Amino acid sequence: MYTGSDLIKNNFRMDRLPHIWCPGCGHGIIMKMVTQAIENCNLEKEKVCIVSGIGCSSRAPGYMNFNTLHTTHGRALAFATGVKLANPELKVIVITGDGDCTAIGGNHLIHAARRNIDITTIVFNNNIYGMTGGQYSPTTPIKEFGTTAPFGNIEKAFDVCKLADGAGATYVGRGTAYHANQLVKLIENALENKGFSLVDAISICPTYYGRKNRKGSVVDMMKYLKDTAIDVKVAAKLPKEKTEGKFLIGEFKNIHEPEYTEEYLKILESIKSK
Amino acid sequence: MANPKSNKQIKIIETWCKGCGICVEFCPVNVLKLIDDKITITDKDKCIRCGLCELRCPDYAIYLEEDKDEK
Repeated sequence: MYTGSDLIKNNFRMDRLPHIWCPGCGHGIIMKMVTQAIENCNLEKEKVCIVSGIGCSSRAPGYMNFNTLHTTHGRALAFATGVKLANPELKVIVITGDGDCTAIGGNHLIHAARRNIDITTIVFNNNIYGMTGGQYSPTTPIKEFGTTAPFGNIEKAFDVCKLADGAGATYVGRGTAYHANQLVKLIENALENKGFSLVDAISICPTYYGRKNRKGSVVDMMKYLKDTAIDVKVAAKLPKEKTEGKFLIGEFKNIHEPEYTEEYLKILESIKSK
Repeated sequence: MANPKSNKQIKIIETWCKGCGICVEFCPVNVLKLIDDKITITDKDKCIRCGLCELRCPDYAIYLEEDKDEK
């Protein structure tokens, strides 16, 4: 549960606030929920490192008062892998966008997931490239519009959760900016998982995605999240026609598998003892 | 009092508010209003301190805080 403005004072660089995201941008809500989850997990601030790439979402570490690293486009996971291996004590959190994570950094995503390295990835998924002016991204749904898709997008969209699951991530979940309390729980579970965890946090982009696709006001977009998201446990009990056109939220995968950093250190130890 | 959060008061940082209207829409007792694109509390006494405005404010401009003067 979200517990108050002390949270902002304790976890943010107050001189940097208010942030520069557009009015109604869902990223603000998700960023706050990330800090709430960190607080709920009682993680030491000095032991947390937040890494981001480039994009609207990747501005978040600039506001967050932890060890932070703002890296090149799509390479947040690559830098994070380096940080984790150099200092396995750290809790490494990657904040990335849908384009940053699945297009430019798609390769890094699947291999970080395959290795099962202990990194928690939060994808701020707004279905579009917001910062550069509304180009369609790999998560823009088919037939929807973007600056670079003036007649409608003809590409099938990635399901970020299925992608991470298929690549070998050990924790996969999806939340939305509307279902903020559930999102906190998902991020908490992701942080507690020893291995590669991914939380697909569905955000809203009223400025580009909303305007290009006539999704209405900020409030309309929030209501859309409220009405269209359906919990995976609820969906399992419903007949198929009731879940049509809806997207699933909740915890999709939570398993335990050998973690990369630990395995790597074991090899080092075995060589040293020879 | 029944509400565990009743000692808390609703606070606003006006300069941080960008006037998106999310809190106004999801307030269950309708005590919030946008005036000149800034959030205003129309009836402080009606507020049930549920914290939904704070939960979903993307700009951290509205929140509940314990009123230290009352103690």
